[in-house]
Amino acid sequence: MLTLDSLYLHAGPVCDRLAAGLREAVGQTLGRRGLCVGVSGGMDSALVLALSVKALGAKNVAALAMPERESAPESLELAKELAEALGVELIVEPISQILDAAGCYQRRDDAIRELVPEFGEGWGCKLALGNHGGYQITNVVVQPPQGESRTVRPTAEAYATIVAATNFKQRTRKMMEYYHADRLGFAVAGTPNLLEYDQGFFVKGGDGLADVKPICRLYKTQVYQLAAYMRVPKSICARPPATDAFSMPQSHEEFYFSLSYPQLDLCLYALDFGHSSAEVAALLDLPIPEIDRVFGIIKRKRAATAWLHMAPIAIEPR
Amino acid sequence: MTVRGKIRAFIEETFTLPGPKGRLTEGESLMGSGRVDSMGVLSLASFVQDTFGIDVRDDELVPDNFDSIDKLVQYLTRKGVGRAA
Repeated sequence: MLTLDSLYLHAGPVCDRLAAGLREAVGQTLGRRGLCVGVSGGMDSALVLALSVKALGAKNVAALAMPERESAPESLELAKELAEALGVELIVEPISQILDAAGCYQRRDDAIRELVPEFGEGWGCKLALGNHGGYQITNVVVQPPQGESRTVRPTAEAYATIVAATNFKQRTRKMMEYYHADRLGFAVAGTPNLLEYDQGFFVKGGDGLADVKPICRLYKTQVYQLAAYMRVPKSICARPPATDAFSMPQSHEEFYFSLSYPQLDLCLYALDFGHSSAEVAALLDLPIPEIDRVFGIIKRKRAATAWLHMAPIAIEPR
Repeated sequence: MTVRGKIRAFIEETFTLPGPKGRLTEGESLMGSGRVDSMGVLSLASFVQDTFGIDVRDDELVPDNFDSIDKLVQYLTRKGVGRAA
């Protein structure tokens, strides 16, 4: 029977198992001496760092904060607080110059100007999900320095370019993580949770790239639960989930999911364990067609992002 | 080429998926069949705007108007685009 407690875990034994799994993966399977973890100031990377320290000890874990000029200032502060709480040295690698050299901001801004010609210096921007009677269309939101924000429906070309340019951020961070991993003889830990992993909410070659993914089988609500058990600082646990990828604040719900995390977690769980939309609807006090719609989105996103999970395909010569 | 023919040609040319998909039927759900995702819907909107010289308002970009060849033809007919049959 599906209940609101279906996702509840016994945090202690689960954290022990995850730490043991990490130890085996890093030391035996991968043959590395430690783990590099990129920390964003958010809950997922905080839990991965805490589990890594539990598994390998603080001296065998490198935490990296990689701010860029559009990162929220509190991201770095929270990363520092976390590293200090766990006794891990924090390596800070600002990445704005690399992003500038790659044309990340320029390419994105040029694409936005195709939609809003006056967009320029000092303006804010983000992507935000809009519901078009069943279509999940991502809109571009812009805000002049002293003005009201405006929402614009993008062309497919402009949208794809904005996403592609923004993906430089995640890929640059991963490049930096591997630099330090190579230097230290470490492996790299990935931080996607189950919802992100399942629904392809990561950048291939960016935050989707890692040697080991300790929390990709944990629903977001379980991440919260384990983070509290692992004594992740309350300031991080209290921070609303955000992508921190654009100059305007952007929630995960705005970027990818139109429901709250607990609701989506339950939908995903119900779908995977054979519970009906009627059961979920009753539990969440939502209409059955709404849950059917969410089930449909989950299945379509899974299908559309399957290629993100694929390893490179080796073509046989004969 | 008819309006219907132009729509079919665009969809077949633009949303080619790996593997044998079979022939696109007139009433087939474009999103339900996995041929078109949300970015594909934006491509379709740009295509009909550029090809037929109409403005697709935000409130018109909905599955009732865009989710099959038949629905697109009916939508364009309502928008006054000729030779829609």
